[in-house]
Amino acid sequence: MIRLEKRPQPSKLWTGLTPLLAVVLTMIVGGIMFAALGKPPLEAIRTIFWDPLFHPQFASYSRPQLLVKAGPLILIAIGLSVGFRAGIWNIGAEGQYIIGAVTGAAVGLAFYPSESVLLFPLMVVAGALGGWAWAMIPALLKTRFGTNEILVSLMLVYVAENILASASSSWLRNPEGQGFPGSRNFKQWPAVFNDELIANTGMHWGVVAALIAVIGAYVLMARHIQGFNIRLTGEAPRAARFSGVNPVRIVLLCLGISGALAGMAGLFEVTGPAGQISIDFGSGYGFTAIIVAFLGRLNPFGILLAGLLMALTYIGGELAQLMLGLPGASIQLFQGMLLFFLLATDVFTNYRIRFVGREVA
Amino acid sequence: MDPVLLVASIMVSATPILLAAIGELVTEKSGVLNLGVEGMMITGAVMGFAIAVSSGSPLLGFLGAAVASAVLSLSFGFLTQYLLSNQVATGLGLTLVGLGLSALIGSNYEGQRAPSLPKLDIPVLGDIPLLGRMLFAHDFVVYLSLALVVAVWAFLKYTRAGLILRAVGEDHESAHALGYKVVRVRMAAIAFGGACAGLGGAYVSLVRVPQWTEGMTAGAGWIALAIVVFSSWRPLGVLIGAYLFGGVTVIQLNLQAAGTTVPVELLSMSPYLITILVLVVISARGAHGAPASLGRPFHATS
Repeated sequence: MIRLEKRPQPSKLWTGLTPLLAVVLTMIVGGIMFAALGKPPLEAIRTIFWDPLFHPQFASYSRPQLLVKAGPLILIAIGLSVGFRAGIWNIGAEGQYIIGAVTGAAVGLAFYPSESVLLFPLMVVAGALGGWAWAMIPALLKTRFGTNEILVSLMLVYVAENILASASSSWLRNPEGQGFPGSRNFKQWPAVFNDELIANTGMHWGVVAALIAVIGAYVLMARHIQGFNIRLTGEAPRAARFSGVNPVRIVLLCLGISGALAGMAGLFEVTGPAGQISIDFGSGYGFTAIIVAFLGRLNPFGILLAGLLMALTYIGGELAQLMLGLPGASIQLFQGMLLFFLLATDVFTNYRIRFVGREVA
Repeated sequence: MDPVLLVASIMVSATPILLAAIGELVTEKSGVLNLGVEGMMITGAVMGFAIAVSSGSPLLGFLGAAVASAVLSLSFGFLTQYLLSNQVATGLGLTLVGLGLSALIGSNYEGQRAPSLPKLDIPVLGDIPLLGRMLFAHDFVVYLSLALVVAVWAFLKYTRAGLILRAVGEDHESAHALGYKVVRVRMAAIAFGGACAGLGGAYVSLVRVPQWTEGMTAGAGWIALAIVVFSSWRPLGVLIGAYLFGGVTVIQLNLQAAGTTVPVELLSMSPYLITILVLVVISARGAHGAPASLGRPFHATS
């Protein structure tokens, strides 16, 4: 008989090992899945995880994409991880990302065609504030009425998608766009175009912000009293209350941080890689970032690595679609499985497995 | 508009959410919070559609959808009950897996039409003027969903098994001490919730739309979760919540079709806004009634 024995403390070794184990398991099961789809499994795995970085022909195009995709994922996941540590489940980052992009773009377009150098920083602030305000809705409803933040933040994603649709088809529509939906293209407006900072690296301001967020989150969680309070609230809510931690403030802080970072990610995306507000701007980064946060073990540096890995699966998935005709949806399933296997193998982190003989009850 | 058509379309629009919510109610009553309803619904939608199209039988489609989603939900059960993973995270994972899986399977079925589900002609009742066409001329799934509400209500209130299920949900330590198999009861409740969500999803793809498009459940699973909260964990409350929600959806769709001056986007976001509003009202009132062990992991130490 197998018996689980709770460890007094989570195992440090297994905390680091489980993400790797989850990746290996996902590769195995994913390979079986690809074989079932009639695709060569080993080639598919290689195309997803190896070719984007090292293929002689494609790597020069796909390598910069790695940072382009990882930037928003890391930025959003860092914010989410702070809340998850406190047991506050913001799963509506996708909505905050969209609203951040819309408010930031709206502020910028209000000054069109200004060439001021202050405009882009102003848009970043507006984007962050937009995401922050959108996250404050579930935060205030939770602190004021005790409403479940999971459901409210998720519902607000659908509301945000409708606001996005209305922005791109009416009030932010390009007046010179012949009536087509979609805002002005920021790529043709040098003052606000969030271009690559170093050519062919994919490094834009959003990636810089993501790196700053990683360091900031590390300092907050490991060195700052508020970080300690956040962790305490998550691990021992009663103890936190006895030691004078204000739960209302923690909720507002956690949701505020994650909303602002997601909003900022949206703004960097709309002024950079996406280029404009359009109906299909919401690309699911807000949901994938949940996987990134867990795969990175809610640890800032872990999230950095997890974000890069998840970006790799996006790019590799597109490559596999192109070269092997693998359905695009299989990558989505691949990413979901990764989270599932991670949660499954996490049992080793928190429990010791004991094999015992059958006892008489 | 025609009141007969209005009531009939409200019933059709409420049925998927009602099915998913009544299943989730049973799962939550056993103390398990499964946030993967959306993933199980969309899996049911695609499996039901695929099976119905290839077999030509909608009935087989519904059956297949229920089985597929129940199996999927058992993966959630295995992780949360045996490997003691976090229920919130695992439920989210289930939704992401379900969305990916359904998109993968469904890509071959886009643009096809499902075989239609015959309407039941209930003798005598169906011949009542007005009321007959309004209430007694639907397909069997509508009645199945209503029967399930009654069955779940009776099961929880009057049967010994229902009492055990509630005991497990209220206090798993005590239930365990009394010798009840906490984990097994919960696995059964999870599977029931999965099967119901699968039926609900299949109703969307086989009757309501009836076509397969990616992501077609559009948050219905999350709304079902909200309705369970709204109901204060009572079957009758689930029924009222689902029909209220169905009503809102139908009215906003009719307003869109009628071309009012209200922007389309505002109308399409209204169901979600109303759900938030309802959640706020319910939580502000403070009457909760949530099972005491809801979402807490159970690890038998002896």
